[in-house]
Amino acid sequence: MSQKTQEKLLEIMNLKKQYDDVETLKDISLDVHKGEVVVVLGPSGCGKSTLLRCLNGLEEIQGGQIKLNGEVINADKTKWHLIRQKIGMVFQSYDLFPHMSIIENILLGPTKAQGRDKTEVLAQAEKLLTRVGLLDKKDAYPRQLSGGQKQRVAIVRALCMNPEIMLFDEVTASLDPEMVREVLDVMLELAKQGMTMVIVTHEMAFAKAVADRIVFIDEGQIAEIAKPQDFFNAPTTERAKRFLNIFKFNEESER
Amino acid sequence: MQDLGINVIFEGSNLLRLLIGLWVTMRIAIVAIAISVVFGIAFGIVMTVKNTFVQIVARLYLEAVRIIPILVWLFLFYFGLTKVLHIHLGAEVVSVIVFSLWGIAEMGDIVRGAITSLPAHQRASGRALGLTDLQIYRYIIIPQAVRRLIPAAINLATRMIKTTSLVVLIGVVEVLKVGQQIIEVSILKTPSASFWVYACIFALYFIICYPISLWSKKLELKWQNQ
Ligand SMILES: Nc1ncnc2c1ncn2[C@@H]1O[C@H](COP(=O)(O)OP(=O)(O)O)[C@@H](O)[C@H]1O
Ligand SMILES: [Mg+2]
Repeated sequence: MSQKTQEKLLEIMNLKKQYDDVETLKDISLDVHKGEVVVVLGPSGCGKSTLLRCLNGLEEIQGGQIKLNGEVINADKTKWHLIRQKIGMVFQSYDLFPHMSIIENILLGPTKAQGRDKTEVLAQAEKLLTRVGLLDKKDAYPRQLSGGQKQRVAIVRALCMNPEIMLFDEVTASLDPEMVREVLDVMLELAKQGMTMVIVTHEMAFAKAVADRIVFIDEGQIAEIAKPQDFFNAPTTERAKRFLNIFKFNEESER
Repeated sequence: MQDLGINVIFEGSNLLRLLIGLWVTMRIAIVAIAISVVFGIAFGIVMTVKNTFVQIVARLYLEAVRIIPILVWLFLFYFGLTKVLHIHLGAEVVSVIVFSLWGIAEMGDIVRGAITSLPAHQRASGRALGLTDLQIYRYIIIPQAVRRLIPAAINLATRMIKTTSLVVLIGVVEVLKVGQQIIEVSILKTPSASFWVYACIFALYFIICYPISLWSKKLELKWQNQ
């Protein structure tokens, strides 16, 4: 994907995150450019989810700075709800609100948090639902949808806020294998349209296809940043080689 | 002489007396339920606070209320506490106090359950959408907590209404007591009086409690289907 510009949208500088006394993220620095797709890889427990949650203030950080469009966003705790309107996030767990219909789920943020006009948002929501092939589900409730459909709705719900950047935390990890594709396709489509994204995933083929850059994290530190073809063909660090070997083995044993 | 036993109910002002007796029980139940709802919600929220001391005290209170039978509480307050503290409390007041203590404890546990059973990631996804904490409570937490809590709360209310009949044992003249009085007066003339009087009391309780539990089932079904 290559609508990438030189304009820095998100800047992470020396970010540190501790849970109690344990340093989960040690010293993370990373720039994400406008239109760029960054895929974060790493072994389970290395801090990928924690990093994403720090980026939209769901976790407090103990050191460093985060900037969006050149402005520091982590200084004032009371402003996070305003900043989160510009940073969309989709989680691994199905997080649609079960007591609201699909369309109510999508309208909640834009109408209540952003105070936008309902008819205008509704038109946008219907357009987005059409794009992911779920317009006919708009009055259904979450429990009537499959896992893959729920995740597509969760993506639409985040998109309807018109975010500047989207964070995806293993959104296909709890899906049945046959539903993974339909969700990844939506994300590929977004990448093509130039959406700036930070994606945590365990789908290596998808990572290779969608990423402008791969960021490999190990034990709370960035161990390697590389173009996807370089990372997958010739990783420079020992840790990354070991990590990729696990997946190679998985692929081979699946044959 | 041939006498239909059921006439006992309609003789003189018997039915009216039974209804007045029932009103006494209902009065105790309604006041206790109202107190339980208000303070039970507060108690439930307090129980979700992450403080060991608060949790232990709350737990002790809840367990004490559950382990010791209501009847014992009634006796303890009516014959014990009032004498020890040299205060005079009427039987009806004592009843309200004891039933409120019970209701607050149980209601608190219901509220705590409803709040803590909501998955934490719902709060996180609300925040990720840019909602303020207040908006998250207003649109996400409270609507779901109420849905989870109403059936159990209604069930508690009907249990309280039924159990108020115990207050007869500390001398409140309520529907059972009135029933016994009527039976005593009419038993010679109408040997089946006790059957009819108790059947009538049964019917009265049924008429009050059944619609309430029907209503609760209806709500439960309605919310399940969303
Ligand atoms: N709320 C928390 N409290 C304490 N430790 C946590 C918490 N969340 C995550 N951790 C720890 O932080 C580390 C990184 O977790 P996470 O970011 O979820 O990893 P990943 O997403 O890469 O699998 C893990 O060791 C995990 O146990
Ligand atoms: Mg994770």
